[in-house]
Amino acid sequence: MSSLLQMNSITKSYGSKFALNDVSLEIGPGKIVGLLGSNGSGKSTLMKMVTGLLQPTRGTLTVTGLPVGLKSKALVSFMPDRPLTESWMKVRDAITFFQEFYDDFDIVKAREMLQFMKLNESDRVSVLSKGMSERLQLTLALSRDARLYLLDEPIGGVDPVARGKILDAIVEYYNEDSSIIISTHLVRDIERIFDEVVFIREGEIVMHEEVENIRIKYGKSVDDMFKEVYAE
Amino acid sequence: MPIVSIEFDNNMPIYLQIMNYIKRQIVTGTLKPGDKILSVRELAAELQINPNTIQRTFQELEREEIVETRRGLGRYVTSEESKIMAIKKEMAGALLDQFIIGMQELGFADQDIVSIVAEAVTESPEPGQERGVNHT
Repeated sequence: MSSLLQMNSITKSYGSKFALNDVSLEIGPGKIVGLLGSNGSGKSTLMKMVTGLLQPTRGTLTVTGLPVGLKSKALVSFMPDRPLTESWMKVRDAITFFQEFYDDFDIVKAREMLQFMKLNESDRVSVLSKGMSERLQLTLALSRDARLYLLDEPIGGVDPVARGKILDAIVEYYNEDSSIIISTHLVRDIERIFDEVVFIREGEIVMHEEVENIRIKYGKSVDDMFKEVYAE
Repeated sequence: MPIVSIEFDNNMPIYLQIMNYIKRQIVTGTLKPGDKILSVRELAAELQINPNTIQRTFQELEREEIVETRRGLGRYVTSEESKIMAIKKEMAGALLDQFIIGMQELGFADQDIVSIVAEAVTESPEPGQERGVNHT
C-alpha cells in the first residue's frame, strides 16, 4: 500500500462560499506532515473531512484505500482543537472513556505517556492549565493504535515549555508505520519535526513539499516560506 | 554519546547540520573511534528533530564510511583513523576556503596572506588551543 491518505478533487462549499476548493492530496506512510495555514484557510475543514465528521460536496477521499466510513474511522485518530473530555472527568475517567470507546486504545502506552507528560490520574480535567490540557488531549489521541493521526493545533496557545514537551511526545510516541498530520500556524517552533508541509490558503493547496527540499532549493526556512506565501 | 545542544539554522538542510555536528564530535574526541552512537529514536527525541531526517543523516554518514552499522547491535563510529583524518582535512579545507576568500575580499594578495598566517601562528600563545570560529 503506497498512500495512506488520498484526496481527489475535494470541494466543500457552503452555499456560494468554498471552504475547500478542488483539493487533491496524497500522504504516504511514516510521515509527519505539517498542514499550515492562517485561521480560516481550511485546515480544520480538511481534517474533519478525513475523520468523516464532514462530507465533501464533491470529490473522493480514501484512507489506506478505504472510502471514509466505519472502517476508515477505526484507522484515524483525531485530536480536535477543542477538548473531547467532559468537565466532570478526572484524567483517569478520560482514559477509561477512551479505552471503552476505542478498541485500539493502548492503556499501557497511555499510562506511560501520562507519566512522560507529568499528568496525574486523579487531577480534574476542568482545572488543568491550557498546556496540561493539550498534553492530555495528545495522550488520548496518540494512545490509539491508528494509521493516521490528525492533530488540530496541538501547540496553539501553550507556553514554550509545554510546547517542547508536546513536540517531544510526538517524536517519541508516534509509530513509523503510521502518519501524523499536524495543523498549525506556529511554523517556526515546530518545523524541524516535519517531513513534509502542505500550505493551504483560502481553501486551496498552494504548496506541498518536503521540508529539506525547501531548505535545499530555496535556502529558506519553512517559516520564511510560509510568510512569503501568506504575505498580503 | 554525550549530548551537546545544537543551534539549528532552519534555512539550511537539517540533515547536513546534524552530520557536521556528529563529525565535529568525532574530531574533537567527544565521540571516540569505535564508540556506539545514539539510535535514530534517541537522537530524534534528544534534538526534537524528525526521525526520518536523523535516518538520512546516518545514511549519509554510513555512505561516507564515518559510521558503521553492526547488525543487531547498532551504529558505531568508525575505528579507521584514516576516515577521521579525512574529516579533519575536510573541515580544515572549509575553514581555509572561508578564510582565504575573506582575506581576498579585504584586498590581500596571496603572498601577503601566507606571511600574515605565518606571523599569526608564531605569535599564537598556546598552539592547539581551540578558537572560536565565526560562521556568520
